[in-house]
Amino acid sequence: MTAPATEIALSARKLEKRFGSLVVANDINLALPKGARYALIGPNGAGKTTLINLMTGMLFPDGGKITLEGEDITALEPQSRVRRGLARTFQINTLFPGLNALEAVTLAVVERRGIAGQFWRNLSAHRESVDEAYDILSRLKLGDSCYRITRELPYGRQRLLEIALALATRPKVLLLDEPAAGVPHEESGEIFEVVAGLSDDLTLLFIEHDMHVVFRFATHIIVLVGGAIFAEGSPAEISAHPGVREVYLGTRKHG
Amino acid sequence: MALSDTALTPQAYIRSQSRWRPIEIVFWLSLLLPYVLFPNYLSLASQIAITAMFALSLDLILGYAGVVSLGHAAFFGIGAYTAGIFSKFVWGELFTGLLVATALAALVGYVTSFIIARFRHLTLIMITLGLGLLLHEAANSASWLTGGSDGLQGVQVWPLLGVFKFDLYGKTAYGYSLAMLFLVFLFARRIIHSPFGLALRGIRENWTRMPAIGAASRAHIRKIYTISAAMAGLAGALIAQTTETVSLETLSFERSADVLVMLVLGGAGRLYGGLIGAAVFMIARDQFSGIAPQFWYFWIGILLVVVVMALPNGILGGLSALIARWRRK
Amino acid sequence: MLPPVFGVLFDGIAYGMLLFVLSVGLSVTLGLMNFVNLAHCAFAMVGGYTTVTLMNQFGWPFFATLPMAFIVSALASVVFERTLYRRLYRATDLDQVLLTIGLAFISVAVFAWFYGTTQQPINVPSYMRGSFAFLGINIAVYRLFLIGIGIVVTLALVFGLEYTRFGAQVRAAVDNQRMARGLGIDVDKTFALTFALGSGLAGLGGALAIEIVGLDPVFAFTYLVYVLIIVSVGGLGSIVGSFLAAILIGVSDIAGKYYVPELGAFLIYLVMLVILMWRPAGLFGRR
Repeated sequence: MTAPATEIALSARKLEKRFGSLVVANDINLALPKGARYALIGPNGAGKTTLINLMTGMLFPDGGKITLEGEDITALEPQSRVRRGLARTFQINTLFPGLNALEAVTLAVVERRGIAGQFWRNLSAHRESVDEAYDILSRLKLGDSCYRITRELPYGRQRLLEIALALATRPKVLLLDEPAAGVPHEESGEIFEVVAGLSDDLTLLFIEHDMHVVFRFATHIIVLVGGAIFAEGSPAEISAHPGVREVYLGTRKHG
Repeated sequence: MALSDTALTPQAYIRSQSRWRPIEIVFWLSLLLPYVLFPNYLSLASQIAITAMFALSLDLILGYAGVVSLGHAAFFGIGAYTAGIFSKFVWGELFTGLLVATALAALVGYVTSFIIARFRHLTLIMITLGLGLLLHEAANSASWLTGGSDGLQGVQVWPLLGVFKFDLYGKTAYGYSLAMLFLVFLFARRIIHSPFGLALRGIRENWTRMPAIGAASRAHIRKIYTISAAMAGLAGALIAQTTETVSLETLSFERSADVLVMLVLGGAGRLYGGLIGAAVFMIARDQFSGIAPQFWYFWIGILLVVVVMALPNGILGGLSALIARWRRK
Repeated sequence: MLPPVFGVLFDGIAYGMLLFVLSVGLSVTLGLMNFVNLAHCAFAMVGGYTTVTLMNQFGWPFFATLPMAFIVSALASVVFERTLYRRLYRATDLDQVLLTIGLAFISVAVFAWFYGTTQQPINVPSYMRGSFAFLGINIAVYRLFLIGIGIVVTLALVFGLEYTRFGAQVRAAVDNQRMARGLGIDVDKTFALTFALGSGLAGLGGALAIEIVGLDPVFAFTYLVYVLIIVSVGGLGSIVGSFLAAILIGVSDIAGKYYVPELGAFLIYLVMLVILMWRPAGLFGRR
């Protein structure tokens, strides 16, 4: 099932990463078509977050190639990848504790616009940036708490802010690392509503443990075990796959 | 955050954050009081103003961008020696002297910023320490230029604006230093409330997140480091001009350590922290100047322990926590 | 007959061994706990003044005071670790720097108060004072002794780390603290013991230093710079790194002062800067 190269938003070929004798990424090949809704699942320690770190440049691979919309980004630093449209959220909140939500998102916006180096005019004079930040926050239902300092926001809102920061970079591909991690079940719906509402042009890959969510949102599932791709396919294929059920899903049926 | 804030538009809210508060105006006006209340202490006041500028320069890199430097006096000393040597060999005009000294400090800052921005944690602390110590040794050895341990001789400046001479009473010195401090403060304030200031705070708040939002953190650090070096150099130049002496002390580790203590005492990352800290520190040191140095450092040691364990954001932090608690009642 | 450069080398290595004993404790605790303890040389001072007091007030023989210097410093460090340090394990670098510098300042003042500001002399046994000629170079007995101690300490540490259970716990905790805890290793106790051990070694170093470089209350800062240089150049947490860095710095310093005295301490700062810029984590550091 190979799609023409121009329709692949993000791909990895033969990705390898070792820490001494510990192999955390073993011959990983994947291709995300534009607009995809892919899920990345696997047991703890399988290397899912490591894979995201490799794709985003926080870790450099020992071998292999990463391509974003046809461009080889393997040697690029993380900020360069973000500028080319690859963004991610963190499993553990990696926010700016002392900034309020508006400031945090505005920061992401001004960085994207390339004006973060300007030190002469007051931040408020950069109207469009501030307005754009407020816009993003409102779309994520954070508008009314945008003046609150990040560390004072409830946990669920902080998870939404994680996504807001990533969206502010206007990504073409967004990698979500357990977007609802740690959020109580009742509130996680809000987060997934947001994820569901994201533009169809945006390519998504999300790491998730909750199988209900995976089967609801994903069109394609990749199963990672021990740093290597164990299986991949449509939700139906994966839930029927005997190996996957053994390794991860347990013996109960899902879907 | 008062409820009325939510009625503001985002842009207006951000604007309101940078408005001049009444207490700030009171603060700056009160700095004119020494002319009336403490006319015998104007020389000290001038030194305090200069040191406050130096502390402010450190706040920009430490309090806002999180760069811990144990060698910032290098730029202070470069500014001082440049201004002194300039007055000796070129002419004693004040503002050109300031310009040349600031420019040279900025240049050195720019060059070293490439090194500084690449490292963090202990490595960075050691590199700043090493560079500072190295420069001190070099200045000591190059006594043909710097006068070595005897200090720079023959520094002679012209009267300010052709009229006001620098004398032992310090009237001109204080006015000059205070005016320069205010101008530099305005500049620093502008930076803090600009997009660049926000980026610096982002670096301090979460280094890891910055590349994830597309920020070139190292370039930002290079920029603020250069600006900070220029500011420290300007402060050094002022000391050379107002006291007409320059000694190795301006480049010493003691000066780097003292300014760090002052900033921490006052509260880093609050713009006024360095000013308050410098004032408290230097007034205290003047009052206790009779005691032997190691006993002075005993109290500084106690102070540091207390500040770290009980008052992590310095005097200003403690005050704002008190005010916040009082407001909640 | 050996050329004089070997004499310089010998002196440099001996000095390096002293610096190693002073520094290795800090390197291990920094690598293990990531705690910037700038009061490390203050603990060295505690050891030094223990020896001075025991010898001059109580007439103890020199060698008997050495284990006491170790023990007293180790105990002192336990007190501070329990009361102050352990609250700051997760604090910022700056906070740790400020707290420990504050403690160092306090220690300088305290020792100045009790012992005065001049150097404290001690009388080592007369057979330790002399020197003899070997292949044309002058070998000072005390310096030979220092080299011996340095080697013994290195071997003890390396064997201790490799072959004892405690050593294995330390290595595990350095490698991956979270996992070590998960394996049931009492990481906090490991920290405390390692810290005591490192400070004890510093105390021993302080005692050994008296005869060679003298002891005054400012020792806490004078030698802190050297120790920090060695620790950063050698690499945090590496015993071998500290050993080599100490020799490098010791030899550079002595050779520098002998061959190019106008440069003064310039040379070792330059060496440090060059090495750190080439290898920011130190010669044997990780990360």
